[in-house]
Amino acid sequence: MAEINMLQAINDALSMAMETDDKTILFGEDVGHFGGVFRATSGLQDKYGRDRCFNTPLTEQGIAGFANGLASNGMTAIAEIQFADYIFPAIDQIVNETAKFRYRSGNEFNVGGVTFRTPYGGGIAGGHYHSQSPEAYFTQTAGLKVVVPRNAYQAKGLLLASIRDKNPVIFFEPKRLYRANIGEVPDGDYEIELGKAEVVREGKDITLLAWGAQMEIIEKAADMAAKEGISCEILDLRTLAPWDVETVATSVKKTGRLLINHEAPLTGGFAGEIAATIQEECFLYLESPISRVCGLDTPYPLIHEKEYMPDALKTFEAIKASVTF
Amino acid sequence: MSNATSQNETVHRVSFLDRDSVNIPILKILQADGTVYENAVLPAIDEALAHKIYDTCVFTRVLDERMLGAQRQGRISFYMTCTGEEASIIGSAASLDNDDVILAQYREHAALRYRGFTTEQFMNQLFSNEKDLGKGRQMPIHYGSSELNYQTISSPLATQIPQATGVGYSLKMQGKRNIAICYFGEGAASEGDFHAGLNMAAVLKSPTIFFCRNNGYAISTPTSEQFMGNGIASRGPGYGMHTIRVDGNDMLAVLAATQQARAYAVENNAPVLIEAMTYRLGAHSSSDDPSGYRSKDEEAKWQQHDPVKRFKLWMINKGWLTEKQDSELFEKYRSEVLAEVKVAEKLPMSSVDTLIEDVYDTPTPRLKQQLETLKTHIKKYPKSYPNSEGSV
Ligand SMILES: Cc1ncc(C[n+]2csc(CCOP(=O)(O)OP(=O)(O)O)c2C)c(N)n1
Repeated sequence: MAEINMLQAINDALSMAMETDDKTILFGEDVGHFGGVFRATSGLQDKYGRDRCFNTPLTEQGIAGFANGLASNGMTAIAEIQFADYIFPAIDQIVNETAKFRYRSGNEFNVGGVTFRTPYGGGIAGGHYHSQSPEAYFTQTAGLKVVVPRNAYQAKGLLLASIRDKNPVIFFEPKRLYRANIGEVPDGDYEIELGKAEVVREGKDITLLAWGAQMEIIEKAADMAAKEGISCEILDLRTLAPWDVETVATSVKKTGRLLINHEAPLTGGFAGEIAATIQEECFLYLESPISRVCGLDTPYPLIHEKEYMPDALKTFEAIKASVTF
Repeated sequence: MSNATSQNETVHRVSFLDRDSVNIPILKILQADGTVYENAVLPAIDEALAHKIYDTCVFTRVLDERMLGAQRQGRISFYMTCTGEEASIIGSAASLDNDDVILAQYREHAALRYRGFTTEQFMNQLFSNEKDLGKGRQMPIHYGSSELNYQTISSPLATQIPQATGVGYSLKMQGKRNIAICYFGEGAASEGDFHAGLNMAAVLKSPTIFFCRNNGYAISTPTSEQFMGNGIASRGPGYGMHTIRVDGNDMLAVLAATQQARAYAVENNAPVLIEAMTYRLGAHSSSDDPSGYRSKDEEAKWQQHDPVKRFKLWMINKGWLTEKQDSELFEKYRSEVLAEVKVAEKLPMSSVDTLIEDVYDTPTPRLKQQLETLKTHIKKYPKSYPNSEGSV
């Protein structure tokens, strides 16, 4: 097993997917020879040729529609949207077409072979348009799977599972961890099952739930809480759609408390959906209201990024408030 | 019914049109040595205008050089230059009326400078301090000024193109003899918004100039992987639009074309497409390394076409500028930029209260409550929030 970073793990997964299925086509803005602005696709054009790994013209709408067309006719399409902030020009193709291909045709056609990969999230001084976490726009749309890895190991296993899944997947990559997260990643082929949350750390006083880049935030908050004698159970949701209600509910029944952390704005964010469901599932077990530590209800700012972020300190405060409710 | 087919000849054998069916001439006025082509028709330009244009060129070169340096030193987080494209940007901006509205992509700060954006204003935006008109919300280079009719830059590409069509139409409806001008790269012209914007402008008769800076690359993607047609200009006639292609490194050609495009747009309430053939001499942005996708030889070749040098030679030939004046101008701006950097980087950031401003016309109760919660938190941990420690 090699110690590699998340970008290398993603590159590895992409290469493996192309190696094991010669119908796999990889494309997007600047992904060809250059290897993408983050270099996630480095070397793949050399390895698999220009017909299978290439630059597209600069049109997300076109990229998504093209992916749908490829997959509807039996290919495996992996499309990179350069930043999640720029997925919106493609939103009609994704939410009306990708998501509904199978349903609206009575399964005469489907685009299960589509995977959209896109870097998301802040903490990189990227301001408005290089920092957003738009996952909730997609979790609202039936027919799409939404996946977010938290480290290099997950990135490879979840990406391979996403590419091979029989449903279209939007794979959000936490860009602030791209180079920062380094870990052991098996050289060989492996998949991590979609739709399953992971219990990262056992605890008894409160369940902390997050995904992607916010995982290290809740882990840090849990460490701070531990010094005050609070024991946190830490869950990584990994797949947002469909999400693993059972694992979360089991944990909350054990700890009696739940805190959900995400970077996207609070209102309409995915934490709201989780809170409502868990409240139904665990009403009689709850010792305090389900707590949400999320981004503010403003666009993503530049200079006040620290203030905007649902960081470890805010999470720590919310943990204390919850256990002393 | 006027349908395109009605004017066309009929043939009785299959014959296809292709890329070469559209032959687009390129307007060139100024030669590399600073002399004008024989028979060239010069734009309206006198000594004062030439100086204003050249002054803007020099300022922009200095700004780009210094701020890229500042980015490398970690004093600002990001920067983008327009090096190599000054003639396209300044030549077009100099053809406009101050009340014409500019909607830029992001690489057109020279047009803003031409309008009168001060060195201090540039620095305030770049350093995101409390005097930044955009209140420190966007990354460096996202300038905007309502006073100067320069709409604030938005990063998502091509969104400004259909917006410009709307701005142009609004100017027409308000009875103003003004136009909107919209800048974009040849890469952005692949977006759906490009088609939507140009088609609507032609159909709705919006007085708008669509100015494409065809600089050869969209980040790493060369034009050969961006489109197969004859550039961007070939699409103009397809939309039913007046169209011209110019040498984008030729200040006089850009000036001439834009002056006439503007006159035509105002007279006829109609859009015009201009394609300026140029080259991005610098990197895409401070985060980019072009050596990964293009050769040093290619860059060196384009150095020979430096638009600023060419225009300078013309001015010298005219007796309007000396080498000495030129170097004094560079020196003046070098020290001005340096002095303003020192001031701007010491100013504080906007207060944390601005975080919830301008989301709506007035902050909603929920936003106010979120701000209060945030401030209470910052008061507890001031050291962890250095940008607002002082403002709570
Ligand atoms: C909708 C959208 N997609 C992708 C990007 C990322 N991006 C920023 S600049 C750029 C290239 C633009 O090229 P071009 O329009 O030719 O302008 P140039 O940079 O050459 O001036 C890309 C892909 C973006 N800003 N917006």
